[in-house]
Amino acid sequence: MELYKLTIHEANELLRKKEISAKQLTESVLKRIEQVEDKIDAFNTITAEKALEEAEVVDKLIAQNEGISSLAGIPMAVKDNICTLDVKTTCSSNMLKDFIPPYDATVIERLKRENAILIGKANMDEFAMGSSTENSAFKKTKNPWDIERVPGGSSGGSAASVAADQAIFSLGSDTGGSIRQPASFCGLVGLKPTYGRVSRYGLIALASSLDVIGPITKDVTDCALVLNAVAGLDTKDVTSSSNPVDDYTTALKDNVKGFKIGVPEGFLDNNLDDEVKNSIDKAIKLYEKLGAEIVDIKLPHAEYALAVYYIIACAEASSSMARYDGIRYGYRAEDYKTLEELYKKTRSEGFGSEVKRRIMLGNFVISADYYDDYYLKALKVRTLIKEDFVKAFEKVDVILSPTSPTSAFKMGEKRDPMAMYLSDIYTVPANLSGLPAISLPCGFDSKGLPIGLQLIGDLFDEKKILQAAYTFEQNTDYHIKKPIL
Amino acid sequence: MEYEVVIGLEVHAELSTQTKLLCGCAAEFVREPNTHCCPVCLAMPGTLPRINKRAVEYAIKAGLALNCDISEYTRMDRKHYFYPDLPKAYQVTQHYHPLCKNGYIDIETEDGVRRIGITQIHLEEDAGKLIHDQYETESLVDYNRSGVPLIEIVSEPDLRSPEEGRIFLETIKSILEYIDVSDCKMEEGSLRCDVNVSVRPKGQKEYGVRSEMKNLNSFRAAHRAMEYEVKRHISILEEGGEVLRETRRWDDNLGKSFPMRTKEEANDYRYFPDADIVPMYIDKEWVTKLKEEMPELPSERRERYIKEYDLPEYDAGVLTSSKALADYFEECLTLYDDPKNISNWVMGDILRITKEKDIAHEDISVTPKQFTDLLRLVDEGIISGSIGKNVLEDMFDTGKDADTIVEEKGLKQISDEGELLEIIRKVLQDNPQSVEDYLSGKKKAMGYLVGQTMRATRGKANPQMVNKILKEELDGLKEK
Repeated sequence: MELYKLTIHEANELLRKKEISAKQLTESVLKRIEQVEDKIDAFNTITAEKALEEAEVVDKLIAQNEGISSLAGIPMAVKDNICTLDVKTTCSSNMLKDFIPPYDATVIERLKRENAILIGKANMDEFAMGSSTENSAFKKTKNPWDIERVPGGSSGGSAASVAADQAIFSLGSDTGGSIRQPASFCGLVGLKPTYGRVSRYGLIALASSLDVIGPITKDVTDCALVLNAVAGLDTKDVTSSSNPVDDYTTALKDNVKGFKIGVPEGFLDNNLDDEVKNSIDKAIKLYEKLGAEIVDIKLPHAEYALAVYYIIACAEASSSMARYDGIRYGYRAEDYKTLEELYKKTRSEGFGSEVKRRIMLGNFVISADYYDDYYLKALKVRTLIKEDFVKAFEKVDVILSPTSPTSAFKMGEKRDPMAMYLSDIYTVPANLSGLPAISLPCGFDSKGLPIGLQLIGDLFDEKKILQAAYTFEQNTDYHIKKPIL
Repeated sequence: MEYEVVIGLEVHAELSTQTKLLCGCAAEFVREPNTHCCPVCLAMPGTLPRINKRAVEYAIKAGLALNCDISEYTRMDRKHYFYPDLPKAYQVTQHYHPLCKNGYIDIETEDGVRRIGITQIHLEEDAGKLIHDQYETESLVDYNRSGVPLIEIVSEPDLRSPEEGRIFLETIKSILEYIDVSDCKMEEGSLRCDVNVSVRPKGQKEYGVRSEMKNLNSFRAAHRAMEYEVKRHISILEEGGEVLRETRRWDDNLGKSFPMRTKEEANDYRYFPDADIVPMYIDKEWVTKLKEEMPELPSERRERYIKEYDLPEYDAGVLTSSKALADYFEECLTLYDDPKNISNWVMGDILRITKEKDIAHEDISVTPKQFTDLLRLVDEGIISGSIGKNVLEDMFDTGKDADTIVEEKGLKQISDEGELLEIIRKVLQDNPQSVEDYLSGKKKAMGYLVGQTMRATRGKANPQMVNKILKEELDGLKEK
């Protein structure tokens, strides 16, 4: 058995039993990277040397019969917008091509405390703007299920690396679906926790009111284990919640009897690929068979979610991107005569076109003349969307939908930005309302590409979506299948 | 035509909190550049702000002192513009929901008390500082000040003359010092102001077009700038011209303002809520507690001085104009119980000396103990009042006690009758003409002879005794 194929919980058991060492596991993953990375291009940076040193530390702990955590010795990929001390953190942008943070993100501090092993920094759409990872300034990551197709985005490198067994699990960030959609495209489990459940400190902001860090894993059990490690209040992030953290593994029960699963009216109609629809219908039937009750619900304002999302996300992004001015760190243009020229050239040369597009859109919607008509109105509709969910969760435990209207599309297929934005239609409502949502494999289309099922939970009720996802997983085998590379 | 002046002021005061508004860096003023900064106040990617509760508390105190309503809901917004001293390229400030609103202060003008409205007070962060003069082609940035908490106090356009503007600024400064939320040190940039000036024909309701001048860093500059702008506006209108709505730069060296940008060229700051800082709900009980803990304000203290110490209104006003001076006065009072005498000396001599030597009221080096000991030397007739004034100056210069100086310089008053008689007889002998004048009825000659006696003793002679002995001697001559 190749060790790189293991899940976290499988590897942990073998480590505890001393049947394998952390070094062996890390070496296996590094070897796998050597074999397939040329094809996949999942990583911006690979930290092989440090990873092996850290593995030795874990092996010492094991040798001394110290109890080890669930994540000890487990190689992980981290999206390149999450700051890692002394390791380049680029956001896949020329702007931060050589940026080395002098600090760890809080999630990294927590994972290091658990002795998880950083294997590399994963490619992404530049500053997490995109749904295909084609917007990286450095490389295009391929989908391990079909290397002519995108892995999804913006956490495409995080998803592809796990799907290709180049990491046991990874961290992504999700602003409008950037964890769930690539997880769906790559046949993995991806969780966007409740806004505030996981600290954003050290996550390079795209949109502060929407961004969340979460795990991409090979199965639901692993997802719960990673969430256990990263969730919780952080005094460095005032938007993080003091809501008590559960042991999420207690939700791993094969039981949905009496669960009320909401299916939003109209969600399964327009724009939805037939094969995706089929898989979702089958999933609904399976849940019914397992004893859940399917409830029709209404989310009357959901149709505005995409428009609202792009106004708010761009507004916040334009502000988040302002600090990249070439003065203190990051890229600075070489030829300039005046301060204004320094700014203009630095930002023109340092940012890619999608980033510039969103900066312009964002600046427009918060400009004095348009603030009320666009931004303020979007905030109001956002409140209505939130209220829709509040009402829905009075009736149901979880809400079910596809993760994405299609399976993975071909590279270069979506040249029109609007077409690309549409692929986020099912994922953005959870970000706008701060709700937790998980994507898990629920089938394959005729091209052999994975299809994802999304379950949205109530605020801080990650346990219910984990339980529903776990039950689905226990009664299907989609998560076991691996791409052939 | 007669014009009415309309002035509105915005006062920026750095709060004297220990740490910055959004991170744990020390907020104190330091000269060594870039020593008080961290990833947060340098706006490194991924870092997040944490609001300083003490800064919110100080801003609320300022709001209470300026009779404002304290908002129950308040929030931070972002104000976007590019400048190297602004690391995030946005300033965290309050645009939509300021912390304090609808206040006022009363200012004492020559025409009596005037009530000036306070539109709002909002909390914000300061920017860093650019240093232009070290290299010819490059500028340097110092981020020590980046993120230091500020309050901006915005007045209603209620001020009707540059003089009122000046008094308003001084009153604000004094209040902030009293409640101890700002050092108000203009030379360190902890107090700055923007002035908005317009004029309109007397009786007209609508405001005239206003010009704005930003970042005036002394009251004197602000006062001069207001006066200049008033004159400029009036002369434009007199010539039938039109005042432009614009921001102008004040050059204090030249004593002139220059156009900086017009309204059309003005930045669109794209204000919007800062999602990294959660909205704040201000607890009413907290505000009540702060209100109860409020120290005495200058106006209250002035009233007390009039009532308790029986001081004239003028004295009370001068003494309470700065907290440091009033504190000094009160400390003297614990050691010496003649308020009016202290007041005379403080207003006359201490203020004259501090002004001449450019000493801040906080930095008066003569302690209340030293000062009141001096007053006692005068009271006891050991030195004369006029010698006392010189001794006080020496005390400021040397830091020595009054009795040491009196001893060292031999300034003790001569009150020995025999000694004085001898000196006076000599004076009479040397000035026969004056003696004759006096005897022939010219009483003025007496003053001259007193002067000569004081001169002969280098001012040390006890003046009452000199008068008495001289009179006796002259009257004695008359009888002969």
